[in-house]
Amino acid sequence: MIHLPSSPFPALLVGLPILMATLSLFFRPGGKAAVGLMGSILTAGLALIAFVEVTQRGTVIHILGGWEPPLGILLRMDSLAAVFIGMTAIVGVFISLYAWGYFRAQETSAEGLPLFWPLWLFLWAGLNGLFLSNDLFNLFVTIEVIGISAVSLAVLTGKTPALFAGLRYLLAAITGSMAYLFGVSLLYGSTGTLDLGLLGEVLEPGPTTSFSLLVITLGLMIKMAGFPFHFWLPPAHSSAPAPVSALLSALVVKGAFYILLRLWMEVFGVSLTYAAGQLIGLAGAIAVIWGSWQALIQTSFKLIVAHSSVAQLGYLLMVFPLLILAPGVSADSADWLSPAWTAGIYQVIAHAFAKASFFLSAGLIIMALGHDRIESLRDLVGNMRITALAIGIAGVSLIGLPPSGGFMAKWMLLKGIFLSGQWWWAPVVLMGSLLTAGYVFMLLRLAFAPAREMNTFRPVPKSLEIIALMLALGSFLIVFPADSLIQFLESSGVFGSGIESIIEGGVYGND
Amino acid sequence: METYQIYSLTSAILFIIGIGGIFMARHFIKKIIATVIMGGGVFLSFVSFAQRDAITFADPVPHALVITGIVVAVASAALALALARRIYQLTGEETFTNDK
Repeated sequence: MIHLPSSPFPALLVGLPILMATLSLFFRPGGKAAVGLMGSILTAGLALIAFVEVTQRGTVIHILGGWEPPLGILLRMDSLAAVFIGMTAIVGVFISLYAWGYFRAQETSAEGLPLFWPLWLFLWAGLNGLFLSNDLFNLFVTIEVIGISAVSLAVLTGKTPALFAGLRYLLAAITGSMAYLFGVSLLYGSTGTLDLGLLGEVLEPGPTTSFSLLVITLGLMIKMAGFPFHFWLPPAHSSAPAPVSALLSALVVKGAFYILLRLWMEVFGVSLTYAAGQLIGLAGAIAVIWGSWQALIQTSFKLIVAHSSVAQLGYLLMVFPLLILAPGVSADSADWLSPAWTAGIYQVIAHAFAKASFFLSAGLIIMALGHDRIESLRDLVGNMRITALAIGIAGVSLIGLPPSGGFMAKWMLLKGIFLSGQWWWAPVVLMGSLLTAGYVFMLLRLAFAPAREMNTFRPVPKSLEIIALMLALGSFLIVFPADSLIQFLESSGVFGSGIESIIEGGVYGND
Repeated sequence: METYQIYSLTSAILFIIGIGGIFMARHFIKKIIATVIMGGGVFLSFVSFAQRDAITFADPVPHALVITGIVVAVASAALALALARRIYQLTGEETFTNDK
């Protein structure tokens, strides 16, 4: 690892948001927002510069304080990390701009709301740190930073439903991270290292490895609300203020997915079997169907969107069975790996944009109506044209209609499914899209329906509507750089490779 | 049986008690205590791997990790307690049974 080029950016990407968050705590509410917004813009700018640096120099590292691992901490920014950091920056800065206007427009300004800014910057530092981490323990610390700030953000309004949902979320998060840490302790006990790359080399298949794989995977599944641990997500995401819901759904849950992806691909190769892949794929498939169905039968806008998140995260889990190669198949001959990877990455990015747009639109609807019961969405088009357009466009991406980012994800997922011969996943993808179309069109039908009674839409700031629309458009624009993005990702070792170790090891065959 | 194995075994038992408590206890405070017990199991597990016999020096890394882990766990537990206390002040509820 030492021969990789060193760069200050990984450290700055974690340090700057923490600095700005701490700084903002010293100011009064108005100043908090100003410092917070400035911090968001600076962090996003820095993230984009760092992204460009990685495209030019390849993977860069930073050794904090010059203390070499194992005692010090090494941050690594490869292309996969760069893409996640870039996505967080773009979605994050739009949500920040929205939050600035949203909290100003709130008539009843609760005391806690300005704390959004420091908490969000701490959350951002945690996310950047997570994407840059190169060892298991650092991943634990960053995911705890994310968890604690995410729960604090979720209970920002201080209202009772939010507090119940927040406590449920926090207990789930603690359970998840302790399960993860227990697995880490077993791995450290059996190998004496926490470094991801080194672990991938020295880890041997056996009961200890399999057990730590199990507890780590279960812990992370709780954190990313994978079925059957999704119970905490809908109440927590729907009871938070709109910008927070957008952050939680678009970015926070992706953190746990990122760790899961890294660990399965880089560390646990030796213990993964075809059956393990099928099992996690099954959890994803159930989440897709169950989440979409639940979204279809909800009657409040934010609960629809929150259940939709459970479903969309299910698609991410369905990528795993495609990445694990059956015995006797080499990565070179497995032509479904590239579509599967593309599907996973595009699902992450397209969902981040579309879901952020959805929740920001939900915030505007609540601002206009005072509630978000869907029967009141009648004549939304006549009153809030831009918001209705944003919901329509983001909805198209969620369903997966061309030419959206969501289409790219689902198309590539289907392509990977058919190329790998695991056809049994295909009906799930199609069924999920159909159900998604069901709830999106249900919303749009109401939006176009004539009003039954006198309209009570209060005016909302047009700038906020435009931000929601831009995020929705973003879920389409991401399709254009697809070729160069995939080439960039393939330049790092992880992307595009499958888990072949089973063939070499052969100890845990296709059982 | 080696000494460290006794500690490792204890840590696994604590972990399982904690998991059971989180799912089976109804009262908020009991649930939070269960997470703390679970955490105790995890930290004991780390420490138990630090020194496996009396001859070699103890590995300092697990201790450093455990200290960091304890700080994180205390913060989480404190936040959970604050939330539970606030819910009790606002509603008088001590369990999840009536939240809606």
